[in-house]
Amino acid sequence: MAKASVQRSARVASRPKTAIIDCDIHNIINGLPDLFPYLSARWRRHAETIGMRGPAALAEGLTYPRNSAFASRADSWPERGRPGSSLELMRHQHLDPLGIEVGVLNCLFPVGPQLDHGWAAALAQAMNDWQVVEWLEKEPRLRASILIPYEYPDLAVHEIRRAARAHHGFVQILFLARTREPLGRPHYWPIYEAASEVGLPVGLHFGLLGGNAVTSCGWPSFYLEEHTGMAQAFQAQVASMVLEGVFERFPQLTVALVEGGFAWAPSLMWRMDQHWKRLGEETPHLRHAPSEYMKKHMALTTQPMEEPANPTHLLDVLDMLKDGPRLMFATDYPHWDFDAPDRAFPSQVPEDVRRQIFASNPRRFYKLDARPSPAQDV
Amino acid sequence: MAKHAVAAVDEIPPGGRKIVDLEGRSIGVFNVAGEFYAIRNTCPHQGGPLCGGVLTGFVISDEPGRYQYLRRGEVVRCPWHGWEFDIKTGMSWVDPKRIRVKRYPVTLQEVTSDPPDAAVNSRELREAGLTEGPYRAETYPVSVDVVKHLVIVEV
Amino acid sequence: MPEPACGTLRYQRGMPVVDADVHVAIPRIAALYPYLSEHWHDTLIESGVASLEVNTYPRGCDFSARPDARPESPGLPPGSSLEVVQRQLLDPWNVEVAVALCDYGTHILHNEDLAVAVARAVNDFLADQWLSKDTRMRGSISVCTERAGPAVAEIERLARRPEFVQVALPVRSQHPYGKRLYWPIYEAAERRGLAVAIYAGGGIGNPITPVGWPSYYLEDYVSFAQAFQSQLLSLVTEGVFVKYPKLKVVFVDSGFTWIPPLMWRLDKNWKGTRREVPWIDRLPSDMIREHLRVTIQPLDLPNAERAEQVLEHLGSDEMLLFGTDYPHWQFDDPAEAWPYPLAPASLDRLLRSNAVVTYDLDRQVTMAPDR
Repeated sequence: MAKASVQRSARVASRPKTAIIDCDIHNIINGLPDLFPYLSARWRRHAETIGMRGPAALAEGLTYPRNSAFASRADSWPERGRPGSSLELMRHQHLDPLGIEVGVLNCLFPVGPQLDHGWAAALAQAMNDWQVVEWLEKEPRLRASILIPYEYPDLAVHEIRRAARAHHGFVQILFLARTREPLGRPHYWPIYEAASEVGLPVGLHFGLLGGNAVTSCGWPSFYLEEHTGMAQAFQAQVASMVLEGVFERFPQLTVALVEGGFAWAPSLMWRMDQHWKRLGEETPHLRHAPSEYMKKHMALTTQPMEEPANPTHLLDVLDMLKDGPRLMFATDYPHWDFDAPDRAFPSQVPEDVRRQIFASNPRRFYKLDARPSPAQDV
Repeated sequence: MAKHAVAAVDEIPPGGRKIVDLEGRSIGVFNVAGEFYAIRNTCPHQGGPLCGGVLTGFVISDEPGRYQYLRRGEVVRCPWHGWEFDIKTGMSWVDPKRIRVKRYPVTLQEVTSDPPDAAVNSRELREAGLTEGPYRAETYPVSVDVVKHLVIVEV
Repeated sequence: MPEPACGTLRYQRGMPVVDADVHVAIPRIAALYPYLSEHWHDTLIESGVASLEVNTYPRGCDFSARPDARPESPGLPPGSSLEVVQRQLLDPWNVEVAVALCDYGTHILHNEDLAVAVARAVNDFLADQWLSKDTRMRGSISVCTERAGPAVAEIERLARRPEFVQVALPVRSQHPYGKRLYWPIYEAAERRGLAVAIYAGGGIGNPITPVGWPSYYLEDYVSFAQAFQSQLLSLVTEGVFVKYPKLKVVFVDSGFTWIPPLMWRLDKNWKGTRREVPWIDRLPSDMIREHLRVTIQPLDLPNAERAEQVLEHLGSDEMLLFGTDYPHWQFDDPAEAWPYPLAPASLDRLLRSNAVVTYDLDRQVTMAPDR
């Protein structure tokens, strides 16, 4: 495996000085032993005996082999450990050369899908403690997402309150996009209540297997389908949260849709609006058109950026999204479908739009200016 | 163009590579079955460090469910998005239709033994059903100084 | 895209159309009895099966029937009477050809032997009571998707009759339709020059969305778009269009505004994951433009500006097929069935000629039922 190298430092010097807020970076543990300092003896024993058990039957790895090892860039392996496990490399390879002002960590360790609820809760707590010690307290540019046992909302609420109190560097509460039920269902509402109480957004992130078939037509064969099809999971989640009236019930709640791309959103906005007109009698709790809730309460990260053959088509999509969720830039470092900040966007995107996407939208969404910097927490 | 000695011949065994900086460019030098090739360490897609990617072969197919594996070790996949590039020619083998075509000059390789014909290699892949993509990584002439056992790249 | 033309043309009802999206309903389960064996007839009655009507369009819901498409007899489902459909659709809309789907129970029965029998009965009912009585009507062949042998036999049995123009499969399936177990259906369809329609319907048991079961019918209906996306990904990536290069797939009641973003995403991902599906020999989006046809309802474009953009993003004026989705309430004024002016040649393609080509409608129709 090729070891990491710093790229394009000469390029950095000539780059225009747009502040970059990266709304999707991935940190990860190398294995459960990394969490032992944060787990009780009972759960250390569980980790050693039963360990991780989710809906997929492989002892390790994923049932759709990825495009690369750990779905990561081949140049993102540290000297020891997995891509995303080394803060030092993340600084050296990513934060420093790209001039990232703030990076939001979304740890994709599969806490949510764990079948044992006690284990899921213990794991969430340990992961969040690990994030505080190994990431938030060491690097002021980083923020993190609270991992929760989301299929057990009562336990999740407890962890949200605990972690939000523990460190101001937590800026969102994380779900993986494939869940056991659609996220608008009342089952999950205690989580939104807790999020509103602590004043944090919820993030839905591309990922994994949550207990249902990957599509509503069963299981596809290929990783290409599973990856490309993640947009459908996002669409189902958006439709559910909007149409179940989550934003009527929790008017302060905001939701980030992370690593799902964004070009699919206008079609969903239009489709929901259209059918709500005819079928809205069934959902009297909705006082506004569905797309309005998307616009007011949701944000989309840009990665993986769609690449139409004609770049002006992407500008059309940006125009369509003026009636919809705001965009926030993300790289998805260190995954293979990484978007480079200086190359991913067509040059035709106007500078003021670029600045909104790269800086002012995420700053506003994550309330980065209002929050004290993590360095002051110590 | 200047010639640079980038490595002792033994330093890059078959299947190996070395990434060097020459004239402000990062360049990857590969030994493919005893022959040396040099391509720019920048993917024409989004600028990723192309030469650090996995070495592999071409998987081709004449029918869904059937797989044929050619030219193992002669393809580098960009470590970012996984695009496949032929080390010998810098040619990408994907994306048959594009509105804009980016072309880089392809330079001939001079080696002391019989050169594998880049055009022949390309023909083999075309006959196997692959279509050349318009993306191409910059390539550089590589020769071997047999007296001093050095690999020479011309930039 | 549209050829250079002076001015554009707007659709008005009365212009001749091919309606590729008409829903015919079985009036009552007893209507199928003459087409079932004694064994299955007695089985259904003894089990107390009162109906195999699907719940895709709840009867009491406004959406299930436009004001001008309501059944004229109480107690009967909309779309169950030919005379009514002639009066409400074929005549006033100047329909040259109507392609009918009849979705009744086949795809939700787990007993596949029974499903095969019901499919056959539905097809015979359709042929007898509709297709042989009005030369404007064309039909879709129902099959039990999970049994390749009987499915192919049923296609072969009916393919001789030019009034059957496609095989129809519901979008919510047991497995993604690109999977090889379904390929005998595509082989038979391609061999016989039939299209394969995939329509909003079905429900064999997979949750309605990829993330579980939604609460509302509104959500259910919206989520059909996701199912169509999954099916399209499957058909393309599995190489169905590579193996069956003459095959045309028609998505019915899918909408189409989701297609361009999917094409972009799929093209991009394919370039990096090409080796996983090495039989894909060209850009997936080109494959989609060549093989996929889509009926225009539900039409969720919000305005003319977005329509122009989406049509340009789609990159082809050969994909869209006019359809009313009779009797479902997709629009108020008939002009809203397709409100966007197009170059005359493109409008003609949308209203008629894309369907004529897709369904090979220039074949002769025989009036004599052939059983």
